[in-house]
Amino acid sequence: MGERIRVLLAKPGLDGHDRGIKVVARALHDAGMEVIYTGLHQTPEQVVIAATQEDVDLVGLSILSGAHNTIVAEIFELMKASGMNDVPVLVGGTIPDDDRPGLASMGVAAVLGPGTTMHSVVTLVQQLTQRGRARP
Amino acid sequence: MAELRKKEFRTLDDIQLKRVYTQADVVAPSVGNPIGMPGEFPFTRGVSPEMHRQSFWIMGMYSGGGTAEETNKRFRYLLGQGQTGFSIALDLPTQMGYDPDDPMSKGEVGKVGVTLASLEDLERLFDGIPFEKVRQIRTTANAISPLFVAMVIAMARRRGIDPRTINLFVQNDVLKEYIARGTYIYPPAPSLKHCVDVIEYCARNGLRNWTPMSVSGYHIRDSGATPAQELAFCLANAIAYFQEAVGRGVKVDDFAQNVWMFLAGDIAFLEEVAKFRCARRIWSKLMRERFGSTVSETQALKIFCYTLGGRLTAQQPLNNIARVAIMTLAAVLGGVQTLATSSYDEAFSTPTEEAATIALRTQQIVANESGVADIVDALGGSWALETLTSELEARVLAILEQVEQKGGAAACIESGYFQQQLSGAAYRYQREVDSGERVVVGVNAFKTDEEPKIPLYRPDPEVERRQVASVQALRSRRDNIAVQAALAGLEQVARGGGNTIEPLIACADAYATTGEICGTLRRVWGRYTDPAVF
Repeated sequence: MGERIRVLLAKPGLDGHDRGIKVVARALHDAGMEVIYTGLHQTPEQVVIAATQEDVDLVGLSILSGAHNTIVAEIFELMKASGMNDVPVLVGGTIPDDDRPGLASMGVAAVLGPGTTMHSVVTLVQQLTQRGRARP
Repeated sequence: MAELRKKEFRTLDDIQLKRVYTQADVVAPSVGNPIGMPGEFPFTRGVSPEMHRQSFWIMGMYSGGGTAEETNKRFRYLLGQGQTGFSIALDLPTQMGYDPDDPMSKGEVGKVGVTLASLEDLERLFDGIPFEKVRQIRTTANAISPLFVAMVIAMARRRGIDPRTINLFVQNDVLKEYIARGTYIYPPAPSLKHCVDVIEYCARNGLRNWTPMSVSGYHIRDSGATPAQELAFCLANAIAYFQEAVGRGVKVDDFAQNVWMFLAGDIAFLEEVAKFRCARRIWSKLMRERFGSTVSETQALKIFCYTLGGRLTAQQPLNNIARVAIMTLAAVLGGVQTLATSSYDEAFSTPTEEAATIALRTQQIVANESGVADIVDALGGSWALETLTSELEARVLAILEQVEQKGGAAACIESGYFQQQLSGAAYRYQREVDSGERVVVGVNAFKTDEEPKIPLYRPDPEVERRQVASVQALRSRRDNIAVQAALAGLEQVARGGGNTIEPLIACADAYATTGEICGTLRRVWGRYTDPAVF
């Protein structure tokens, strides 16, 4: 109780479009969360190391280059290897509908496309992190 | 008093709009500087007396993706459809100086553009395409633009073509990469000098048809900037490059007439027309007063416009065709020289061929059917437009002044000032959309439950494997002793602070790879990590 939700927002891969993730970062911050933003061009290893070290409640990935299938799969493998099975992962960016079932089966909690409101992101993060904390 | 729709009417730059404008609102921008005539200083009304009555703007589109062979096929198709300018979209590994088999490239090869791992890929790209039929070749190269230039020169020499007969248009604006687009390699200071190498090389080698730089406000705008920020940050970067070039003894009138400005074409119609006019007016004064230009070609700013992709919506995607038509009208009435129009599916992916064709047809309809290209600066003299143009100018100059006080563009990048200004503006905009104060059709109003169903361009997943195989085969086939010698030559020049273009041509000609060449420069200059501010 009283503890702030800690969120890692990451830009894995070579994509440099960061308007969306920075808007989300501000929105989560203004909603009282602790936001750690990695900056651009992170390898999957760097993202998972940051998530472990910062002990975050949720990881948000932003990818707009089309490399999501490869990158997200690698991040999940590394997270499993580091015992981070419980940390929910959100993916934002330009993700074609056809790729959503694949990402969901990897374990992605939700995909946030263009047009998502900041309010709905905040609510989603609150719900996902509460569910995670309720677990024994 | 009638009840109004809104409490106040404001532009993105917070300019309060009046109910109606009259002659009393139109103040001369400065003493002795009335609205003027097209083709005359300060060029508010256009760069030439006849503008689009002489010839239409160059119509281009962003295209690329997959392998060089596929892009080559697409170029041939578009050439047959009447397109005269070609943009080569490069994939992210190429733009950031990594080979397809580098671990950093995994999943990114061929995704947002074509791979140029070596001169071999460029040769495949232009196989069978006559340079003389193409009015303009553009590319998104920035951090690697000097290498791209070197590859084109190497290819031209091998084809027996004088590089001076080609019209190459490189973006070559790396400073904005730190502000907005993110495809940088080295730290800002050596990167700035690397870009100016292209300006210097073109000026000293008579490459008069080439555009050695296109200072870009577009990406800054797409990252959330207001129109005034778009112009001001872009101009601040231009000043930094020009100071470096002039410092090397290159006269402004020997290169600046070939430098273009790349701006976004947004949907707020009058605000955008005002922006293009304002850009020309400020540029002309900057060239004359600050850089001492005496040649009118230098002072007349040529604008390349691309309709603002970020304004297109994933919801009800066909609406984007209407949006792009309005953006096109604004760009044409704003007097741009080259226009690239977005495809309606841009919010999803790289355009399909059908969507790209509709985007081109939109321009052709505006050009040939609407009649707006038949009068030069047809909106000039409108009290509302002239007021907006002057108010925007005042705001741009105020921001430029702030940037100067903070030490100029490079200092503002390193402190994260630009980046923070942008994310602030993007956040404000998004809050207005979320609250419904700003209506975006199909997104926060007039919604339908239908899921968008449009055909999508899917990059071939095999592309990455093929590119990896191709670059590995090249490495075992070429003369590796010649490659090592060329790379050593490049390293020596880079360490000595000399112009890198000639040694880069030697590297390209020896079929050194993009990763090897940029790796060499990374060793000399280091790499950049962004301050990650939001």
